[in-house]
Amino acid sequence: MLLILRRIGLYVLTAWVAVTVNFALPRAMPGNPIQNLIGKIQSQVTPQEIKAIELSFGGSFKHGFFNQYWTYLTQLFHGNLGVSITLGEPVRSILDASVPWTVGLIGVATVISFVVGTFAGAMLGWTRGSRFDTVIPTATFFQAVPYFFLATVMLLVFGSDLHWFPVLGAYSDSVTPGWNWAFVVSAVRYAELPLISVVLSSMAGWILGMRNMMITMIGEDFVLMAVAKGLPRRRVIFHAARNAVLPSIANFSLAIGLVVSGALLVELVFNYPGVGDLLLQAVLNEDYPLIQGIFLIITLTVLAANLIADFIYLALDPRTRTEAAA
Amino acid sequence: MKSLRIPRSPKVLLGMGILVFFLLLTIIGPYLAPDDPNDTLFLPNTGPSAHHWLGTTSLGQDVFSQLLVGARATMIVALLAGLVATILATTIGVTAGYIGGKTDDGLTLLSNVFLALPGLPLLIVIDSYLPVGSRSNAFIIGLIISLTGWAWGARVIRAQTMSLRNRDFVEASRIIGEKRLRIMFSEIAPNLLPILASSLLFTVLYSIGAYVTLAYIGLTSTSVWNWGTMLYWAQSNNAPLSGEWYWFVPPGLCIALVGTGLALLNFGIDEFINPRLRLAGLTSKQRRKVGLPRRVRLGLTPVLRQPARTNPAPLGEVTSP
Repeated sequence: MLLILRRIGLYVLTAWVAVTVNFALPRAMPGNPIQNLIGKIQSQVTPQEIKAIELSFGGSFKHGFFNQYWTYLTQLFHGNLGVSITLGEPVRSILDASVPWTVGLIGVATVISFVVGTFAGAMLGWTRGSRFDTVIPTATFFQAVPYFFLATVMLLVFGSDLHWFPVLGAYSDSVTPGWNWAFVVSAVRYAELPLISVVLSSMAGWILGMRNMMITMIGEDFVLMAVAKGLPRRRVIFHAARNAVLPSIANFSLAIGLVVSGALLVELVFNYPGVGDLLLQAVLNEDYPLIQGIFLIITLTVLAANLIADFIYLALDPRTRTEAAA
Repeated sequence: MKSLRIPRSPKVLLGMGILVFFLLLTIIGPYLAPDDPNDTLFLPNTGPSAHHWLGTTSLGQDVFSQLLVGARATMIVALLAGLVATILATTIGVTAGYIGGKTDDGLTLLSNVFLALPGLPLLIVIDSYLPVGSRSNAFIIGLIISLTGWAWGARVIRAQTMSLRNRDFVEASRIIGEKRLRIMFSEIAPNLLPILASSLLFTVLYSIGAYVTLAYIGLTSTSVWNWGTMLYWAQSNNAPLSGEWYWFVPPGLCIALVGTGLALLNFGIDEFINPRLRLAGLTSKQRRKVGLPRRVRLGLTPVLRQPARTNPAPLGEVTSP
């Protein structure tokens, strides 16, 4: 429990850092950010809109610094992320439409990548020195390729040349979005290729970490004991693997950040209507409120994922529980 | 080589070879380029030919020249960012691990915050606010990348420092009254070398990915040639979908090769730090030659002083009192 409380504290602090970066950056740049922003809006700006933009920045610059900061924080708590310059809509409603796609895609990809990678790593650790070791350089190569590049090549080969997978977008034009069977099937079909490319590029880390821990575990006495007791090989591997997987879960925060960063670009390649695609548009149009909103939402989601990993860690490693009891 | 004790497995040699090749390219690449990468003199959208080894872009630029010229910017930013991040990680990691107490708590918290923040989105936010002039400045971009990439190294280095700080030799220098800074940097830091090297490789790998990604989404100056800008132009001219593979495959492949080289070299360092992993460095043929079973599964890992000596010394020479 202590671990969880401490981790929650860390994540709250991290979220606060992200929020503060968002608040401080526009002020660190030359010129008045509010005026810069209003100057960039192409359409007619009503006084109410100016007021909304000012509020999302923490009020007019005439107020004091802490006053602005406080207003900014309260606005965030009420879900006011400002107004997108190019789309003219509140950032929050834009995000509401695209976040589910991203969370679905990256969430499923991360789980598949973790499960398959850890399993493969355990097997590779067990059979080290065998011909299966060639999997490691191969997986490393796939990880060294930038995600978006691998995605581009896969899109080209399997999508537009071989027509194995539908490309560009998240569902077919012929179905109506909503909870109907045709739409779900179509969405799954369109997600396959992006999913495979994210899994391929992110798996090497899991494989390698698990393999190295597994090799270290095999040298431990308890594994020798398990073999000496005559346990079936499957049980022995399971014994060792259960202990070897802990560092992988403990390092989840590093991995998820990398996977999310890469996956955002995969969306971009596939024109997937998620946050990554939105981010590129925002960057191209210098739509600062949208960029900041996306950054914030990604950070919060990553932190939530980390918290889940911490809970799993707590459930798997009894030592953390006894530490809290003591 | 022997004094370095780095395992000379094929993996490590291959990685080293790849890296040396690209480092050479960083230095001489721009001089080798047959044409100016900005020249739009040639027939656009032609495939590879004797004259243009990798074809031309839709603006009629020579892709091969862009690749050679772009190597320098890509590698320099990656190396610079990697170096700065490693220095940051070492300073913070060693300080936190050696001094301990409140300093440690604060610095550990700081690195945990940076670990939990997703790097690329943070980079994009910072970079999008940069004035356009700074975006072409390799130095500034490198610094910002290093800012998001040091935390992992700091965590690993801190852990290792903590295990070193109570060893006898450190204790001894503390007793003879060495200054704290001196102990940290001339007693502890040298013993961290393998971890520092691994951390450097890791951050360079991260930096090259981050830099290329920023360039690919158009957040660095699009007039400075690097492999990411090439991909940016290829993507914005729809090269992938119109089948102009010679335009976008070479830069991507180069990035992947550099990355693979770094990772392979890192395997060597891993095997150096953790001898149990070392067996994997021997091919099955070598193992048979030195009389090891083809697979060793349980118990201690045999570590060979001289892996796979091809002609064993005659018995007479080995005898010594």
